[in-house]
This record gives sequence, structure tokens and C-alpha cells, in this order.
Amino acid sequence: MSKSLNIAEAIAAAKSAGRPAIVAFMTAGFPRRATFLETLTRIGSAADVIEIGVPFTDPMADGMTIQRASEAALKDGVTLAWILDELRGAAARPAAPLLLMSYLNPLLRFGFDRLPAAARAAGVSGFIVPDLPNEEGDEFATALKAEGLALVQMVTPVTPRERLEALCRHADGFVYAVTMTGITGRSVDVPDEVLSYLDAVRAASGAPVCAGFGIRNRGQVERLAPHVDGVIVGSALVEVLERGEDPAAFLRELHL
Amino acid sequence: MSAMIDPAAAAELLAREIRGDFPDARGRFGPFGGRYVPETLIPALDRLEAGMRRWLKDPDYQADLARELNTWVGRPTPLSHATTLSARWGADIWMKREDLAHTGAHKINSAIGQALLAKRLGAKRVVAETGAGQHGVASAAACARLGLPVTVYMGAVDIERQAPNVGRMKLMGATVKPVTSGDQTLRAAVDEALRDWVSDPNGTYYLLGSAIGPHPYPYLVRELQAIIGREARVQMQAQAGGLPTAVFACVGGGSNAIGMFYPFVADRDVEIHGIEAGGRGPGLGDNAATICFGTPGVLQGAYSLLLHDEHGQIQETHSVSAGLDYPGVGPEHAFLSSIGRVKYGSIGDDEALEALEELSCSEGILPAIETAHAFAAAKRYAATHPGARILIGLSGRGDKDMPTLTRTLLKGKL
Repeated sequence: MSKSLNIAEAIAAAKSAGRPAIVAFMTAGFPRRATFLETLTRIGSAADVIEIGVPFTDPMADGMTIQRASEAALKDGVTLAWILDELRGAAARPAAPLLLMSYLNPLLRFGFDRLPAAARAAGVSGFIVPDLPNEEGDEFATALKAEGLALVQMVTPVTPRERLEALCRHADGFVYAVTMTGITGRSVDVPDEVLSYLDAVRAASGAPVCAGFGIRNRGQVERLAPHVDGVIVGSALVEVLERGEDPAAFLRELHL
Repeated sequence: MSAMIDPAAAAELLAREIRGDFPDARGRFGPFGGRYVPETLIPALDRLEAGMRRWLKDPDYQADLARELNTWVGRPTPLSHATTLSARWGADIWMKREDLAHTGAHKINSAIGQALLAKRLGAKRVVAETGAGQHGVASAAACARLGLPVTVYMGAVDIERQAPNVGRMKLMGATVKPVTSGDQTLRAAVDEALRDWVSDPNGTYYLLGSAIGPHPYPYLVRELQAIIGREARVQMQAQAGGLPTAVFACVGGGSNAIGMFYPFVADRDVEIHGIEAGGRGPGLGDNAATICFGTPGVLQGAYSLLLHDEHGQIQETHSVSAGLDYPGVGPEHAFLSSIGRVKYGSIGDDEALEALEELSCSEGILPAIETAHAFAAAKRYAATHPGARILIGLSGRGDKDMPTLTRTLLKGKL
């Protein structure tokens, strides 16, 4: 069975339970490297899909929260190789499919020749690479496909209609529909045009559609629910971790 | 070190570079370049590319640009003979005086060209990054001239070491935003400018200062800076009696260097030397000599050479000059290095400061510390090539460096 199918299945399972799937983002090794797997397990108890952020020195699509977490994790010595080792060696991994979210350079440096197999051995189902647009992504997508891993495509409110349709046709795992122009972490009140944009994404996509950027509360999830298959929660969850609160309790509040 | 390509392949790539095949349709110079940005910026880059193709060669745009360059920037800039240095170094030294361009450096060539483009593309505001502050000042000036509001991102470390330029930007109405994230220098300023642009890709024009970033910026900046080399080439023939034996320019991101080099690339007998910041030494983190010590990777939108660790994390760099203090380099430089057409070397902090002092007292020109790196390398070259005719890109003036010079060369002398 293809791993990317797992992602779609996990999202479909939430849907059949009558709620949008929760895709939870955590920066690997944040707030502490020593509690990485523990944090992952806690989040896994309340999330349908987990994005594990590989820290990078220049996270150009991220706001202050994820920049801070990324910087702290790097200071703590978190690397892609370490993340894969930890996951591979884990006594138990969450049932939720795991995605690695990384800027391209750490992946390039690890090597496209070795990375897909290493990721698969670590139980990873796919990748999200914010600075790898479709035009530049063929080599990596092909390498991932050989191991049954997905490369999740992002679309945005400013993506022209034709391009949106082309990107959605190639979608693998799910379509990551960015809800606003800008960086992660800023809250939005989900205006009507975002909902019609999400409807357009859904109409164009065979894969499930998950909305991300700026999602922080149950009210937003309720408003988005009729228009998407899942929601992605990143900066708000990282802030919960930063404050030392329980990530699972926070995520469960978002279960409709 | 950049991977060297076999000689036959390199010759073919050079022939294609001379034919103007690069960047290709995918924005590549050989393997280098491309467009590695968040999806949100793809339509903005598509629009920029289409607008650039529409306007760059348009007669009205060209007429506007020529008028601004001639009557506002002060072009053509002179070619000066360095009479004293020629005698001291035993060679024939010529200086292309970009320090005499309005705002004191080559940056204005691209800033006014891009600001004119931004107007035609209907931009409501402009963002820019700056390292040494020269591009920030040039952007502030160009935007003031054309009535465009501009926000300049500048690393907190650079704000301190290039303080005079911050005041100049503010006087010309720019908003200067200090960047306290990351390394607080040029790289962090680019990251922050990209974050701003991604927040309003339709209304904002990103006026990128160097020949770096996603396609089409490396091409656009080269086209606007190539006036340096085109003028210098004609001036050398008229004033120096022929083309130079060797051309030198300093390389950070590489905008003044690509502007100087590109018109000489087809002159195969002319040696071309790009000079990077050797900082304190060859160790990772001690310099900003990306081509000399870097390896391929992706940073800030392009595949090029980078200074990064074995995990692909970008390294903090060191240079006494803020304008060279950058862990990446324009993709066309990585390409020209890989095919062997341009030789890249480095000069350390101390040697650059010595060259700055020598140029100041022998020719009465205080250059930017960035520029001084090229002079130091030319001096070394002259020592082994007596009588050579050498053209040096004098990319900017050094007034902005007074805070650094007060701490270094002038320590205890004021």
C-alpha cells in the first residue's frame, strides 16, 4: 500500500467521524530535544496527521514563532539526520502519518539519493518543502515516489486559476491550501473570499484539501469545516509548547 | 570548491554564455539559479519576469532610464588613471569610478532601473534589503525621486557599523526596519524583505539589490549593472589604449562584479578576477568567501554556492565589510567559476584595510572597504605581472565606513 494513501486515509477517517482532520505542526526537538518523541506521542494522541518541522537557519516563509522554535532547536543540535535516527529508533510511533516539513537546503545536503529510503525507514509518509515550487520539484518528487512517499503541494489565494488546477492535478497526499498571503503565525478571521477560494481548490483536487496558516481556534475550524477536509495548526501549537501547556488538550479543542 | 566541469563542456557553456543563452527558460546559468521560493511568490515572479521582458528593451523605458542615468545619477562615471599606484605597483592601473555615481556606489544603477520598472508595473510600495546600506540609500533615493514609498530592511549589526547610511535613508523618506533575527546582517535582511513581500505580493515591488535571489533577479540586476562594464570597456580603449590584461572587482552577492564582468566575458584574452571577503581566515564562519570555500545548495531563492555546514544549515559569515558579509553568491558567478572563465580569490580583513589606506593616500580616494578587497588583489597581481594593464571596479566610496575605520585604521589617531 502506498504511504501517500495513508495520509489521505487518515484524513478520510476524520471526515467519516464528521470533523475536519487536524494536521498538527511541531518543530522537531522543540521545546527540548530530549523530549522530542514524548512530545510527538502527545501530539499524536490528538492529531490525524503530524508535520515534523526540520529546523533551518533561514525559514523565509515562517513568522516569529516558528523562527524562534527553529533557532532553539538548532541551538540544541537538532538535525535532519538526528530526527530520522530518533524516529527509526522509536519504540512506538504515533498511528498518525508523519510528514517532514523542511526547507530545501537541509534535504539537498542530506542527499536526494539517500533521503527517501532513510525517511521511509523512519516511518515518514511524505514531505512538505515550502521553498520547492512545482517547477523545481521533479527530481525530488520522483525520488520520493520510488519509495512510496508523497510530496505535498501548496497552493495560495494568489495562485492563478489555471496554475491552481494544474497543481491540484498533481497533488499527492493532500493539497496544502495556504489561507492567506504572508508568513505563518498571523491570525486571520477567514473572510468569505477565502472560503470560495478553498471551494475552488477542492473542486480542482482529487486529493483531500487542508487549510493552513493563521489557524488558532475552534471558531476558525467551524467556519472552515464545510470547505475543507482538514486544517493545519502550526504556530498556535508551537506557542502552546513554548508555554509548557498540554498540546493534546489544545488540539482536542479543535475537534468538532 | 565549485565542481569544475571538463574543458570541452566548459568551452561549450562559455560559448552559450557569450551568445546570451543564460539564464535559460528555467532561469538557470548552467546548473545554477532557478526559482526556489514559496508558492505565494511564483505569480509575483511571473509578473515581474513578464513586465521585465515587456519594458526592459522598450524605447520609452530605455529613454527614461538613460535620462535618469545621465542627468540624475551622473553617468557615464569616469575612468581614472591611478598614476601613483601605477608607479608604486609597476603596472598600469585604471579605476572605474562607481564611487562617483549618485549616492556613492554602483547600487544606484539597479535601484533607479528597478524603481522605473516598479512604477510601470503599478507597484504601490517598494521593499528592499541592505547590508552596507548602499543599496538601501540608493533605493531610498530612487523611490524618493519617483514618489514610491519604500521600506528598507537592515540587520541590527549593520545598522550599527554603517550608521551614516541609516540617517541618509531616513532623510530621503525611507522607513528603515532593523532586523534582529538570524545573523542580523544582510542574509537576515533578505529573509525579512522576502517575508514582507510574501505578505503583499500583488502591491509590493521587491527591489533586490544584488545579483542574487530567484529568477529573474540575477538577470535583471546584471542587465542594469552591465552599464559599468560597457562604459569601462569603451573608456579603456579610448583612454588606456586597449582592453585590460585583467579586470578586478569585489564579490559579495556580486552585483557590481557581474556588471563589470559581463561585457568582458566574450573578450577571451581579458583575465577576470572576482575577489571575495577572506575575513579572518579560511575556517567556516571566519570569512564570506563563498566561491572559494562554499559548496552547492539553495538559499534565498537560487541554487548557487553557499557557506553551510554538513547539515545544510547556513553559516554565519565574517567580514570587516558589511557589503560582502553574505554566505551566498549570485548564481552567474557560481557558473562563471565552474566553467573557469572568472577566477575567484579572497582577501582578508587586514589586507583590505591596508589597501584602503594606500588608495586613500596615494590617489586621494577613500573607497568602500568592500572595494578595497579588489585593490588588494590587484596589487598582488601586479607584483607577479609587471607592466600589466589592470582595470579595477571602484564600486563605492568609503564615507559610510567611518565608524569601522575609526575603530580600526584610525584607532588612537583621532
